[in-house]
Amino acid sequence: MPVISLQNLCKKFGDKVVLRDMSIDVEQGESLVIVGGSGTGKSVTLKHIIGLLRPDKGRVLIVDEDITAMSDVELNRFRRHFGMSFQEGALFDSMSVFENIAFPLRRHTKMTEGEIRARVEECLEDVHLHNVEKKRPSELSGGMRRRVGFARAISLKPDILLFDEPTTGLDPVISDVIADLILEMDQKLGTTTVTITHDMKVAFKIADRVAMLYEGHIIEQGTPEQFQESQNPIVRQFIEGRAQGPLTDD
Amino acid sequence: MTTILDRIGRRFIAFFEQTGIWFDALWRTFAWMLRPPYDVKEWFRQMVRVGVDSIPVVFLTTMFTGMVLALQTFTGFARVNAEQFVASVVALAMLRELAPVLVGLMVAGRIGSSMAAEIGTMRVTEQLDALKALATEPIQYLFVPRVIAGVIMLPFLCILGDALGIYGGYLVAVKLLKTNPVVYKQNTFQFLAMTDVFTGLIKAGVFGLILTLTGCVRGYHTSGGAEGVGRATTNAVVSASLIILLTDFFLTKLLF
Repeated sequence: MPVISLQNLCKKFGDKVVLRDMSIDVEQGESLVIVGGSGTGKSVTLKHIIGLLRPDKGRVLIVDEDITAMSDVELNRFRRHFGMSFQEGALFDSMSVFENIAFPLRRHTKMTEGEIRARVEECLEDVHLHNVEKKRPSELSGGMRRRVGFARAISLKPDILLFDEPTTGLDPVISDVIADLILEMDQKLGTTTVTITHDMKVAFKIADRVAMLYEGHIIEQGTPEQFQESQNPIVRQFIEGRAQGPLTDD
Repeated sequence: MTTILDRIGRRFIAFFEQTGIWFDALWRTFAWMLRPPYDVKEWFRQMVRVGVDSIPVVFLTTMFTGMVLALQTFTGFARVNAEQFVASVVALAMLRELAPVLVGLMVAGRIGSSMAAEIGTMRVTEQLDALKALATEPIQYLFVPRVIAGVIMLPFLCILGDALGIYGGYLVAVKLLKTNPVVYKQNTFQFLAMTDVFTGLIKAGVFGLILTLTGCVRGYHTSGGAEGVGRATTNAVVSASLIILLTDFFLTKLLF
C-alpha cells in the first residue's frame, strides 16, 4: 500500500488549469522527486499532499486516509505526520532560530524546556548547524535558512518529509551540500520523502524515483537511470536544458 | 451601458464576497477560540500591543477633542445664554459617542494596519503555509489572540478616553473661559446615567472586534508581494473605519 497516493487530481485557479488528472503513488521510505518547468504545478502538487490546497476533483490518500474529505480540525491534527521545508525557508521572522525549531515542539508536545532545548540542538546537529540558536532568520544566509527550515521540519520526527525547491537560488556548491543533507536525513530518519525541484543534478542525486510533471500531469517516471535514458522529447529537452524543443515550441 | 452594468454587478459581487469572507472569519475565530491550546501568553502580548501601546495616541486624540468640543459648544451656547450646558454636552458626547468612535478609529489606524501588514507579510513569505504545515491553524494562532485583545482592551482605552475628554473640556472651560469649576463639575454629572458609560463601552468592545478582525482578514487574504501588503494595509484601515462608522449608527439606534 502506498504511503501517498494522488488520484486523478484536478486543480484550476481562475481559468488556468494547473493539474489535470494527475496521479502518482509514493511507497513507504521512498524518495520521489518531481521535476518540471516553472509554473507546471509542482508546488501545487506538494501543497495538495499536505492539504494546504484542496483539489477541484480527485483524491489525496495518505496511508489510505482521504485527506480531501477531512475537516480543517482533522487535517490540522493529521499534519503532525508531515514535515515540510519551504522554498525560501518560510522561517518565522519574528522568532530566533531556536524559537522557530522549538515552535512545533511547544505547541504539540508536553516536553519540558530542557527536553525542547536538547531536541532543538539535536535537530541543528542533524543539519550541521552550530551556534545559530540566537540568530534571527534575517541574519542567516540562504543556505543556512534552508537548513534551519529542514531542522524545523524534522523536529516532530515526521513520517513524511516534503521539500519545496530546496536549492533554488543557491550556488552550485551549496546546492550540492543541501542535496547531501537531504540524502543524509532521508537515510537517517527513514522517512518517505517528496521533493520538487527543477535542478536535475539534485534530483538525480537524492531520488529513488524521478517523475516529470508537464501540462498538469505526470508524463514520465522511473529510477534516475531510467529517467536519464528516456526518449520522450520533452523529458530530453528538460534534462539537457536546451532552449529549442517541444517545451518551448509555443 | 452593458459595461457599466457589468462593472456595477462586479462591484456588488465583490462586496458580498468580502462580507462573506469577513463573517466566515468571525465564525471561525470564535470556533477556534474554544479549542486548546490556549496561548494565554500571546493573548497578553497582544493586549499590551493593542491597549498599552495605544495609550499615547488615545491620550492626545480624546483630550484635544474634549477641549475643542468645550470651546466650540461654549461659543455656540453663549449665543443663547446656555453656557451652563457645556459640561453636560461634553460629558454626554464623549461617553456615548466620541470616545468609543475616536478610540476605534485611532486604534484601527495604528493597530489594524500593523496587523494587516504583519499577517500579509507572513502570507507572501509563505509563513502562513508554514504555520499550517506545522499543524497550527493560523486563525487560532494569529486571529484569536488579536481579536481577544481588541475586545478586551478597547473598552479600557475608551474609559481612559472618556476621562481625558471630560478633563480636556474642564480645562478649557475653567482655565480658558473662566467658568466656575464647581458648577462645571456639577453640570458634568448632572445628566449622566450609568447606561451612558456602559453603552459606550459596549460600542468600544464591538469596535475592537471589528478593527482587529478586519486587520487580520485583510492580511490573511493578501496577494501580490510587497505591493499587495501595502494594499492590504490601506484596505484594512479604510474598511475597519467604514465598518466602525456604519456599525456605530446601528449600535446607537439599538442601545439608546
